[in-house]
Amino acid sequence: MAGVGTIFDLADRRREADEPHSPVVRFGVGKPLRLDAGVDFAPWQIAYQTYGTLNADRSNAVLVCHALTGDQHVVNEHPVTGKPGWWETMVGPGLPIDTERFFVICPNVVGGCMGTSGPAATNPATGMPWGLEFPVITVRDMVRAQAMLLDHLGIESLFAVAGGSMGGMQVLQWAASYPDRVFAALPIAAATRHSAQNIAFHEVGRQAVMADPEWRGGRYFAENTNPRRGLAVARMGAHITYLSDAALHRKFGRRFQDRDNPTFSFDADFQVESYLRHQGITFVERFDANSYLYLTRAMDYFDLAADYDGVVANAFRGTPTRFCVISFTSDWLFPTSESRAIVHALNAAGARVSFAEITTDKGHDAFLLDEPELFAIVRGFLEGAAKARGLPAR
Amino acid sequence: MLSRLKYDLTMAEAARGPGGSRVDLIVVADMVEPGARVLDVGCGDGELLRLLETRGVDGRGIELSREGVNECVAKGLAVVQGDADTDLEDYPDDAFDFVILSQTLQATRKPREVLEHMLRIGRHGIVSFPNFGHWKIRLQIFFGGHMPRTDNLPYAWWETPNIHFCSIKDFRELCRATGAKIEEAVALNAWGRRMRLKMPWWFWNLFGEQAVFLLSRPG
Repeated sequence: MAGVGTIFDLADRRREADEPHSPVVRFGVGKPLRLDAGVDFAPWQIAYQTYGTLNADRSNAVLVCHALTGDQHVVNEHPVTGKPGWWETMVGPGLPIDTERFFVICPNVVGGCMGTSGPAATNPATGMPWGLEFPVITVRDMVRAQAMLLDHLGIESLFAVAGGSMGGMQVLQWAASYPDRVFAALPIAAATRHSAQNIAFHEVGRQAVMADPEWRGGRYFAENTNPRRGLAVARMGAHITYLSDAALHRKFGRRFQDRDNPTFSFDADFQVESYLRHQGITFVERFDANSYLYLTRAMDYFDLAADYDGVVANAFRGTPTRFCVISFTSDWLFPTSESRAIVHALNAAGARVSFAEITTDKGHDAFLLDEPELFAIVRGFLEGAAKARGLPAR
Repeated sequence: MLSRLKYDLTMAEAARGPGGSRVDLIVVADMVEPGARVLDVGCGDGELLRLLETRGVDGRGIELSREGVNECVAKGLAVVQGDADTDLEDYPDDAFDFVILSQTLQATRKPREVLEHMLRIGRHGIVSFPNFGHWKIRLQIFFGGHMPRTDNLPYAWWETPNIHFCSIKDFRELCRATGAKIEEAVALNAWGRRMRLKMPWWFWNLFGEQAVFLLSRPG
């Protein structure tokens, strides 16, 4: 496998972007992806993974939407890092999103770098990666691309759409854009819009990437450089926002890393520094710097109300979809107030909605972690929805 | 609403009807038309919603306690975490056929506003509450000289979530003040059973341990 156990270099990155370790659907010039930026983008491609079996009447499909730095490898070994999938706790046989019962599909988002069209993919006109020539994309574009994939796979309606963070934004967009195709929606740790604070954090990350001299205006593939440091700093900053003060303190406190006393230098004296540096380094091995710019931008632009006369409830007026909104007490990036705003809008729209706030100190990342209460709620919600949908009992 | 959850535990062994449901909940459920859209404010662990679901009712719930909400959602019920005192105003007019306050009203800060919201959101309201005019309670205050504690109301005054107790008589006064129309009223005795005969109000106010009112909008 490319990269596993070796250094994943720029050539591997390009190969994974064009010829990924996943099934790919390629759309020709006759089937362009209509982008919010006003571009009919073609040819384009979308890579995806599936788990479980589609039933005879095609009614058990669950779309899993990944977050900013996630990808389609939900529960299989990652082809680049060799690590387990990012939602092994939630998706699988007998787990809340039960692959013995549901047919789970997870596509890589447009703008990503794991096989769906994005800035790391090859621009057929130049033979080189798109870089900043790639059009700016939105969450709605991601969802439109996923809908075209499902059309191609012959899946008319989804039993459920689930995702956390940017994945949760896609869930909300799915329910707004295609209400008749979504039976149940599970936006976790999400929001109807990206807040000013969150845009600000993203801008710091992007500036870190762009400040790296190896970024070269986004043309690092052509110039054979790699903006590792910039992207690592961006990741370090972002990673702090995914945790919480309490979780950081619990995990690291003020403990020193492999030493008993401070070195009076700028070495990673503290465990927390060492941890963050590790997060930065491992991230750049699997992620494309330009993709990071594009996907953070897509989240910044997300504002569901803006498409519906400034009223979020209008996005869900008369929706047949049943919703389960979940937030975490210590998530300060997508705080409970944002989930409450979703619930408020859904109530105003008369939607069938459940909302639970889960007590945890793990911050925004809690949706990826071992949270038994989260699992019980997702399981119960999907169980109730499956019954209402007439899916056979477990 | 938090009270409801704890209250349910103390009530758990109270009279249960066929199918194992609490009689007071059956009385409430009997007032709901089949197929109606219902909002249960302070739905506790979801027992009433489950009962309604078996009768083909489209039920939603609001519950203050996080444990109650999470338990309900894990059971597949459509319940949101929220506060009757602050969150009812988020619901549009006429969103439901029935809004239910089952053992909840006495735990709200502003019962009058909650009652007004319930009849704005729903065409009908159903309110059940412990009757503070019951003779045992009167005796405890009169002879004991202390705030009453009963099997159904086990809290000391300093820890009770029930901050707005009322008698059946008091509740009728609130209905008059808000213009709410009383369509039906039922009193339950100490064993949670429906008091059989149509009695005068003063009798219910003395011997009814709980009351269930079906209300409609001021006409």
